[in-house]
Amino acid sequence: MTREETSIRTWLLHALVVAALFALNFVLPDYHHGVLARVMVLAVFAMGYNLLFGYVGLLSLGHAMFFAAGLYGAGLPMVHLGWGAGAGFATGLAAGLALSLAIGFLALRTTGVAFMIVTMMFSQVVYLLTFYFGSWTRGDEGLVIQQAERRLSFAGFDLDLTSPATRYMAALILFAVVLALTLAIVRSSFGRVLVAIRENEERTRMLGFDVFAGKLAATVVSGTICAAAGAAYAILFGYVGASFASVQYSILPLLWVLLGGAATTLGPLLGTLLMYYLIDGSGDLLKAWLPGWNVSHLGIVGLALVVLVLFFPRGILGTIRGRWVRWLP
Amino acid sequence: MGFGPHLLLATLEGLVTSAVLALTALGLSLVFGVMRVVNVAHGEFYMLGAVVAWWIASLVTGHPALGFLAALVVSPLIVGAMALVCERLVLRKLAYNPESTIVATIGILYIIQQLALTFYGADARPVPPPFNVRVQLPWFGYSGYKLSVIAASAALLLATWFVLTRTRIGLVMRATQYDGETARAFGIPVETVYAGVFALGAMLAAIAAVLIVPISQAHYLMGRDPLLLSFIVVIIGGLGSLRGTVLAAVLIGLADGIISVFFSPTLAKIIATLLVAMVLVFRPQGLFGTAAR
Repeated sequence: MTREETSIRTWLLHALVVAALFALNFVLPDYHHGVLARVMVLAVFAMGYNLLFGYVGLLSLGHAMFFAAGLYGAGLPMVHLGWGAGAGFATGLAAGLALSLAIGFLALRTTGVAFMIVTMMFSQVVYLLTFYFGSWTRGDEGLVIQQAERRLSFAGFDLDLTSPATRYMAALILFAVVLALTLAIVRSSFGRVLVAIRENEERTRMLGFDVFAGKLAATVVSGTICAAAGAAYAILFGYVGASFASVQYSILPLLWVLLGGAATTLGPLLGTLLMYYLIDGSGDLLKAWLPGWNVSHLGIVGLALVVLVLFFPRGILGTIRGRWVRWLP
Repeated sequence: MGFGPHLLLATLEGLVTSAVLALTALGLSLVFGVMRVVNVAHGEFYMLGAVVAWWIASLVTGHPALGFLAALVVSPLIVGAMALVCERLVLRKLAYNPESTIVATIGILYIIQQLALTFYGADARPVPPPFNVRVQLPWFGYSGYKLSVIAASAALLLATWFVLTRTRIGLVMRATQYDGETARAFGIPVETVYAGVFALGAMLAAIAAVLIVPISQAHYLMGRDPLLLSFIVVIIGGLGSLRGTVLAAVLIGLADGIISVFFSPTLAKIIATLLVAMVLVFRPQGLFGTAAR
């Protein structure tokens, strides 16, 4: 297979996935329609995480802070200053960009285990800050963005982002843009440098590449994508709360990416979708099987992490690529 | 109360925190030092210690001291056994790879929390202290039990230090920490040492939890704060350095006690976490540690 053929195949596959998601808008029943809109936004979060974890090999335990930067960056001005959705999204992105730049400069001085702990601690600081400024953020209770503010007006259009179909389409557009962006990055020479850093940092440096600049750029792109997911979540679902900044929301994208397959472009979507339904469905099932038992999603998340790391470290798409479909990006 | 009594009270409270923290952090530090494994589930072994202590104390009838003593002996054994199971079934299978073991111990963290939630429930429950004596200080009476926690912790820390530096077991552990490959070549069963150290680390956390549970209650989410504080202590003290760990525990415990009496506890946590992250960024060998080999 020539490079051209691979390229065509790859773009065709991703276009097909987006087209399938578009078609699902018209056939899914209400409940699953809502779930899929949420999963697409969360999958954007996972794709941002995957860029750093999968391709550069940097395992961050603090990506909740970037999601929260977007969430609060969009939510706070919308609630307190009455800004519109467009301006809110822009400030959310800007907040994520600024935070990831600062965190990148500091945290990338460390490597390995220290990097994980440092990112976790910075994220913990962001989490605690949402409580410290409780008079604006209302901490755990969170803020609700009014329906009137969650609309997008431009060039004569006036879109109500609270209506299910518009919300689904907005989530799909964000998802498609970020998917195309990740695919373009991964296939670019910059993407190849990132993978080279993951495989052998010293050698990449010897070959004359600026490793720190590469890692910093990847952190900023990754953090900003996660912030985009956070801002979209605030605008589309109208809720901004401290729980999204907690450690759990740093672990979840890791779990989604591990399940779908690290360093695969479509893995994050697959992982997020499966995990969402696993947690959602198992809740009712376990309650039916074990009546009166106190079962929450904690155990499922924990078990999934251990099983994946022990028996299935490459995830679903990673295994498929390793065994059968070599050209999968 | 004036400033003096306030400060004394804050110092005493801080010393109790330090005492428990030093034990917990020592467990984390040992596991990291010898095995190079960052055990994110460490706080959950602490939580398990408290929950099992409540369970045992509720089984034993008669004087509260009986139940407490039974808990002090049995709870660490049960927790140590569970840690051994985790080590055998998970960590060893991952060949102690630093990154994979972090992800796996995060999973273990959630599994243990789930087990506690299922079998123990979401309520916070107290264990009665073994004795109720008030020690009269110049300005106020202070709980004798809290003072005994400080003494017990100091004794245990000394015992651990003795084992590590003056016995054959300690020598084997230090040899494994210094160079696992060479230790293996000299016939030291490295994997057995790893299993023992992992169980010992969890047991230290469990003992700390049994000591604290008459003061604060047992709850299935109680492992979160000690985990973060232990990380802070181990980082400030220098990863894998025992003396540094104990020094840092006293420092952090006192600072925590004093700052949270005079300032907002949230702000204190924010500043402490930020400072520690900066230490890790700019002085990764810790404040008291020496540069890694």
